[in-house]
Amino acid sequence: MKNITLIAIVFFALCSFKQPGYEVGDNVADFSLPSTNGKTVALADYKDAKGFIVVFTCNHCPFAKKYETRINDLNKKYEKLGYPVIAINPNDAAQYEEDNFENMKKNAKAKKFTFPYLHDETQAVAKAFGATKTPDVFVVQKENGKLVLKYTGAIDDNTDSEKGVKEKYVEKAIDALLGGKSVETASTKAVGCSIKWKKA
Amino acid sequence: MLSLFLAAQIISGTTTVQEVSLQQLQNTFSQKDDILYVVNFWATWCKPCVGELPYFENANKNFPADKVKVILVSLDFPKEKERLKTFVSKREMASTVYHLNETNANVYINKIDSSWSGAIPATVFYKNGKKVLFHEGEFNQQELDSIINNLNNK
Repeated sequence: MKNITLIAIVFFALCSFKQPGYEVGDNVADFSLPSTNGKTVALADYKDAKGFIVVFTCNHCPFAKKYETRINDLNKKYEKLGYPVIAINPNDAAQYEEDNFENMKKNAKAKKFTFPYLHDETQAVAKAFGATKTPDVFVVQKENGKLVLKYTGAIDDNTDSEKGVKEKYVEKAIDALLGGKSVETASTKAVGCSIKWKKA
Repeated sequence: MLSLFLAAQIISGTTTVQEVSLQQLQNTFSQKDDILYVVNFWATWCKPCVGELPYFENANKNFPADKVKVILVSLDFPKEKERLKTFVSKREMASTVYHLNETNANVYINKIDSSWSGAIPATVFYKNGKKVLFHEGEFNQQELDSIINNLNNK
């Protein structure tokens, strides 16, 4: 009996780790966060956008670093088609100094980010989305004035080598949306660095 | 001279890091031998992963070998093979360390566990060919030890 209770406690403790977050088809709430360019950015600011590529990413994580150029390329390709990239760093800078706002500014400048790089200091936006790692992508489409989640997961199927990519999940999803079709693969997975949540 | 060499070999523990496919990895922990396989996914650059490695090393050392076996699966990029080897030998890691040789995470993550988001660290426990627990996130020594004890007393 004692063992069962202990297992129950342990399982409960482990389960409480899970973030609820949005599922494909859910409405997404807008947010307002400071950008490295000095402005405050909200999705509502983008009156002409058809949707967004929301990417949770950061400075320190090697998986996020591998995708910096690809995220920049996504924005270059899809911003003019109505789907700009909105990058958000949710990591607790107390655990990773490299992820603080000043270093975000430096990184955005050094890597010539063409998209806003926002600081989710309270981690409320990452929690609302149910982001778990960096990078973690959410493609959102505007529908009758609402923001609807259409795709969640990886950018493509090969983190290590862009040359080795066989399937570009995010591009496929947006191409489908632009063509008025539903997204075939609406959810994928990739390995990433766990988001560094603030310690209670 | 030879004995010195052998002593060095013993002290440095398992310094070889074998590259494995997902199938090869699954074969190693799917045996019906009453051993609890503790399979941890990590990478050398992942701070929380490296932080919990000593707990896995301790578990591997302190629990009887015919009861518990720790397998550390590195998700370091293929070109970081040398960095991984250096890391493992410098720390004199005694647990089995594998370097996963798979590129499509969207496939292998779900094969390990459908509830895994892909964030590391993550740990899976297997016994007699069956998955008995999956955990995403890090452990401390006490949590890890009590889970191993409980799973082994079932």
